Amino acid sequence: MSTDSVKRAEGTPDEPMPFAELGMKQEEYDRVREILGRRPTGSELAIYSVMWSEHCSYKSSKVHLKQFATKAPHSEALLVGMGENAGVVDIGDGWAATFKIESHNHPSYVEPHQGAATGVGGIVRDIMSMGARPIAVMDALRFGGADQDDTRRVLPGVVEGISHYGNCLGLPNIGGEVVFDPCYIGNPLVNALCVGLLRKDQIKLATAPGPGNKVVLFGASTGPDGIGGASVLASATFEDESQAKRPAVQVGDPFMEKLLIECCLELYAADVVVGIQDLGAAGVSCATTELAAKGTGGMHVDLNLVPLRDASLRPEEILMSESQERMMAVVRPSDIPAFMAICERWDVPATVIGEVTDTGRLVMTWDGETIVDIPPGTAADDGPVYERPFHEPAGQAALNADTPDRLARPLNLKATLLKLLGSPNLASKEWVTGQYDRYVRSNTVLAQPADAGMLRISEVMAGAEPTTRGIALSTDGNGRYAKLDPYAGAQLALAEAYRNVAVTGAEPLAVTNCLNFGSPEDPEVMWQFAEAVRGLADACRTLGVPVTGGNVSFYNQTGSTPIHPTPVVGVLGVIDDVAKRVPTGFAAEGLRVALLGETREEFGGSEWAHVAHGHLGGLPPEADLVAEQALGTVLVEAARRGLLEGSHDLSDGGLAIALAESCLARGVGVTVALTEDPFIGLFSESAARALVAVRPESFDELAALCAEHEVPCYGLGSTGGTSLVVENVLDVPVEELRETHSATLPALFG
Amino acid sequence: MSAARVGVVTFPGTLDDQDAARAVGLVGAQAVPLWHGDHDLKGVDAVFLPGGFSYGDYLRCGAISRFAPLMEQLIPAARAGLPVLGTCNGFQILCEAHLLPGALTRNASLHYVCRDQRVRIESTDTAWTSAFAPGQEIVLPVKHGEGRYVASAETLASLEAGGQVVVRYVGGNPNGAMNDIAGIRNEAGNVVGLMPHPEHAVEELVGAPSTDGLGFFTSILKKLVNA
Repeated sequence: MSTDSVKRAEGTPDEPMPFAELGMKQEEYDRVREILGRRPTGSELAIYSVMWSEHCSYKSSKVHLKQFATKAPHSEALLVGMGENAGVVDIGDGWAATFKIESHNHPSYVEPHQGAATGVGGIVRDIMSMGARPIAVMDALRFGGADQDDTRRVLPGVVEGISHYGNCLGLPNIGGEVVFDPCYIGNPLVNALCVGLLRKDQIKLATAPGPGNKVVLFGASTGPDGIGGASVLASATFEDESQAKRPAVQVGDPFMEKLLIECCLELYAADVVVGIQDLGAAGVSCATTELAAKGTGGMHVDLNLVPLRDASLRPEEILMSESQERMMAVVRPSDIPAFMAICERWDVPATVIGEVTDTGRLVMTWDGETIVDIPPGTAADDGPVYERPFHEPAGQAALNADTPDRLARPLNLKATLLKLLGSPNLASKEWVTGQYDRYVRSNTVLAQPADAGMLRISEVMAGAEPTTRGIALSTDGNGRYAKLDPYAGAQLALAEAYRNVAVTGAEPLAVTNCLNFGSPEDPEVMWQFAEAVRGLADACRTLGVPVTGGNVSFYNQTGSTPIHPTPVVGVLGVIDDVAKRVPTGFAAEGLRVALLGETREEFGGSEWAHVAHGHLGGLPPEADLVAEQALGTVLVEAARRGLLEGSHDLSDGGLAIALAESCLARGVGVTVALTEDPFIGLFSESAARALVAVRPESFDELAALCAEHEVPCYGLGSTGGTSLVVENVLDVPVEELRETHSATLPALFG
Repeated sequence: MSAARVGVVTFPGTLDDQDAARAVGLVGAQAVPLWHGDHDLKGVDAVFLPGGFSYGDYLRCGAISRFAPLMEQLIPAARAGLPVLGTCNGFQILCEAHLLPGALTRNASLHYVCRDQRVRIESTDTAWTSAFAPGQEIVLPVKHGEGRYVASAETLASLEAGGQVVVRYVGGNPNGAMNDIAGIRNEAGNVVGLMPHPEHAVEELVGAPSTDGLGFFTSILKKLVNA
């Protein structure tokens, strides 16, 4: 079988290439021809097609995403910003944290178990490639309606995939979200977050400097996973027998990934790694072009040396394979023996497949012939950039005009509370989180259903003194809010994650985001995207927390119907002394309960409108970021002073749900009195609010602290008893709350 | 008096080894890392086989680990009286190595389960449970997909008659184990296997909302120091 070499390409300039089948536009293909001064070989086309895909090149989103940099607030804590595998933040005492969230939406719809599992695997390798030990994961999940048939197929598979992969890796799963809405029925969202820990002077970057340094591929062997379009190249261009239909979704092996983690950490400790990159989307194509582009500029790779699981793979397929659990390192020749010995100790196969050059070209050979000869930066960095047209959706004004004012208000607020508490979005997620190991590594201070996950820092690393510090993480996002107003919706997602971190006593430091939208080729979707990015960038500036990285997932739509725009925002915070963390909910009887923040009549996009009326219209709650920051300051300072015995953020379902969940945390009741309209007081979703519980003698100090920061503080009542009592309004035994809260998901999913 | 030395074994895919080592250290004993590929128990006084997914749990949980070089040393030493505690995957390995009878199979729910579980200490006549009172109820986390203890009717009868059931689930059985069995011991009482994780219940700040797991570690320390 003939190989499409550079020499052959030069001799057959007019041979048609299947660029369209690989998702490339004519003008993009013409650009490749222009760069190379000839037609690309099949292997080169494979590289450009994946590197210039939306997923790898951010070609539709780039022009908007740059606001995260241009509007970024100054932050002393930011060590590595956007553009690397993950952002890195200084968390004090010489420690740094690296974290990122990434989508694996489409694979999780096709094959829920493997799609979700490899989503976890991919983000964990991103964190490893920064030089860090991965220390925890979280997952933000969106499914179709809880009672829709396909949700019964997708949800159990996704949960099992995350459970299987994450548990086998030994990473505690400390939080996340599970949200149901019919808009996600054909497009579930699986956004996986990983956080890692490293010494701040040990950051690794994806770069290949130093001519003569060796390029090592290590981890799993390469098979025909996730090859997608490459078989088009292998069969259409040449007289190859038609390749069997390749699996489009990758298959994960968490055991190999666990070995890779331990192996990488030993390699870092031995200081035998110059540069490192994980192999994710676009596999060898991406790793080689990115490493070469950021290093000395050249690399020579012999593709015949790539260890294969399937000997029949063609070079184009090897380049595009998305086989999991692989890493690529750049290693000094003198360190190769030590590198190989560590890999062998962990039973991790490792192979030198090439070396760094100073030619400025990425050259690859196959059977002695040159099949790739390109300037790597043209594939890695100089992809197409589109300024896609956008405009406000035709129905947006009507949607915003259809406010919840027309909806009938409930007469029986107890029934409303129980209906909301048992609704799929607010019901206990124990059925899901009970399948995740939250304890492994023994650093978990807080995990779901706490407002944020929190970990102490106890890793043993060279040069590190013991520290009392910890980190807190939360992810949030509300597609209904973003549908009503994507600018405010993105800000509210950030505000909620920020608040969830602050209520545990941790100071919010930095942001990651996963932007899930429909097709960027639809100007109405593009408007949602542009507005959400603008909103998030503005809010980050106001709150003083920079975006450190993230991911864009487009084309989440079925036919012409996109999902609700769903920006999911993750916030990482740091707490000086983990022993001062504030648990979620009411820890004991006899505590004073206070509501911090202002309640307005805000029901647009609310859980009440959704559950009671199936209504979505009007505007979301106001995103008052100044109030949000003041509230955060009060919460963190109050925790530092040891004033708070418990806390809980107010969000979906308002005060009623926050009270119920706080009672459920330890089975402690509460009695409160409301002065305003009880329906508004209990169910409005005004942002910038939190519930706190303090010892009676601490109340005045809390009130004074609130006054100092102009945060409204209302004493509501006290904890105690076995019921949730709102005087003259409702009285529900905690046991009844528990039954209602915990029955829903098991009844739906078995 | 030299500190009691407790070996903590790491196989490829072991996950709770650092947790176990920390718990050993918390009670004042010395944790000694043992590597699966070594033929060397390093002269330890007792061995902890931690949880995880050794060798990816491929083939069967614990089925490959029992053939590890270290096990060639550990199996005869355990038969000769060396105290050994296996939790979760460690319990599975002890069963595969025939140091304990029966087997651990897929949970009846077919789901992995992670929860804080009430259990009763049924036997304090072991190297690892002497610090508890007979019948004492404690809370320990369980986290496993294959923790359903099964054995033949004869074996079960013999375990029950001989007082070899060490820990039993109460207030709900998380995996469908026969006779609610959470842990057992060998006849001599030096080898104990259990599905719950005492090493995740030893500090107020982290892990399960209890420190009930400490008893397993103080038990072995007391035994070794008094030996």
